[in-house]
Amino acid sequence: MSRNPVAPSVPAVAVLALAAAGFIGSMLSASAAAPLTGATPEQPPAAKTEAARPSYTPPADSDIPDGPFGDMIRLGEAIFHDTRHNAKGFVGNDLQCSNCHIDRGRQPNSAPLGAAYLLYPAYRAKNGHVNTFQERLQGCFRFSMNGKAPPFNDKVLVALETYAYFLAKGGPTGVAVKGQGYPKLKAPDQPADYDRGAKAYAQHCSLCHGGDGEGQKSADGQTVFPPLWGPRSFNWGAGMASINNAAGFIKANMPLGLGGSLSDQEAWDIATYMDSQERPQDPRFVESVAETRKRFHDEPTSKYGLVVNGVHLGEKSPPSGTIDAAD
Amino acid sequence: MRSLVGAALLLLGMSALPVLAADGKDITARGTPDRAASCSPCHGQNGQGQPATGVPRLAGLNAQYFERQLESFKDGTRKNRIMLMIASDLTDGERKALANYYADMATPKPETAPADPAVIAAGAKLAATGDWSKDLPGCGQCHGAAGLGVGTDFPRLAGQWAVYIEKALRSWKAGDRKNDPMGVMANVANKLTDDQIKSVAAYYESLPVAAPVHNPDNKP
Repeated sequence: MSRNPVAPSVPAVAVLALAAAGFIGSMLSASAAAPLTGATPEQPPAAKTEAARPSYTPPADSDIPDGPFGDMIRLGEAIFHDTRHNAKGFVGNDLQCSNCHIDRGRQPNSAPLGAAYLLYPAYRAKNGHVNTFQERLQGCFRFSMNGKAPPFNDKVLVALETYAYFLAKGGPTGVAVKGQGYPKLKAPDQPADYDRGAKAYAQHCSLCHGGDGEGQKSADGQTVFPPLWGPRSFNWGAGMASINNAAGFIKANMPLGLGGSLSDQEAWDIATYMDSQERPQDPRFVESVAETRKRFHDEPTSKYGLVVNGVHLGEKSPPSGTIDAAD
Repeated sequence: MRSLVGAALLLLGMSALPVLAADGKDITARGTPDRAASCSPCHGQNGQGQPATGVPRLAGLNAQYFERQLESFKDGTRKNRIMLMIASDLTDGERKALANYYADMATPKPETAPADPAVIAAGAKLAATGDWSKDLPGCGQCHGAAGLGVGTDFPRLAGQWAVYIEKALRSWKAGDRKNDPMGVMANVANKLTDDQIKSVAAYYESLPVAAPVHNPDNKP
């Protein structure tokens, strides 16, 4: 049994909680943003932190019990795997939970669901109060899924919470376990670069995600490869819109099935390129892009509100919360 | 339309000239003037392939994917003695004509004896969720949940013959097939056990073949 390696200062705890489920809305006040680089006094370098963490293994699919409780677990898994069809009315883009939480929320280093469950309830700087796990899940729908939050105790949230609880079985409550969240990459050797990212993207990512990040559908119109930017992707409030999260996710998990094959530098460059593209507006938008940046994105890990390639990001964002009438 | 043009050109006695004159249907039945063997004797008159010998079904395959496979036989990134000879005898225009001809072909799947349901079920699970203890994605994560294929690089697997799919996976494993972009299939095939190969192959053979979706980008 090892101790929680993060000193329990409020900002650090907030960071832990923020990292808990990967897709987090962006983020922290400037003072608390520092730990996100993974190299501050409060947070030792990621490798050491990771090594000191306990690990646990989520139960197998075959451990899901029969009966109503097991049915709820299975519904949660189904929502996770095919969010669009199983959480109708709450999804406003072409993503599934499992796009960024690999292996139906089981894969270490892709913000596994069980490990996130173990860290809630938690205080989050993002909204300045203690969040239950259900409230955390609401954020996923609002930001990552560019949709709208299911009401508390809606069957969708109950099913996801039940599935997460099942995956957390045997793990230590209140402790960040190995592979929780996304890896915190060390700062890159060279400053992350949009143009280098564009080249690396074309080489390693476009085969699946398309030359312009639009994703790809199969012949029956179902999205197979998720769009990474544009109107059908996650919005500016999502955790994946923060370059540090995206870099950690990419390094550990991309290309799919070839996780770990890109260099840290490539992961930072590609993340920078991806997160410098237009995407649906931050649903917390207030007054102006500049004001919204000041309140929610005032950190080097967000390109929101900055001018990249002559585009003032956020100015012409597609709308957020676009739920299809058909849903 | 193109075949009409081709036929018109043939009538005008211009058969050997423009690329446009290559007629997919004609090649499948009769081969080419440059002595490429015809396709139908092995792949069937309707591109249905042969379930027992593992000659693949060609009907409804994405045209660009199809064309690239013929190029791969020719340049050796896909090792196959018979197809090397045939692909080498085809002109660029003839390859394109064949690709378009087969892509537009809606052939129902011939009835065959179904495989063991337990094997199919194991294949279905692997296709949907993969085996992440080996960092193995599910087949459906690239080929689509219904196995209908995605774009020009991820071919339709639904309704393809199990014997052929097994052969293909073993060729990637053995390095006899190297034409997969970014080595994605070599990565996948090397992680599969023999049982997993058999079960996914049986699963995809069991799936219905949907009508091909014509891709307007495949301009001749």
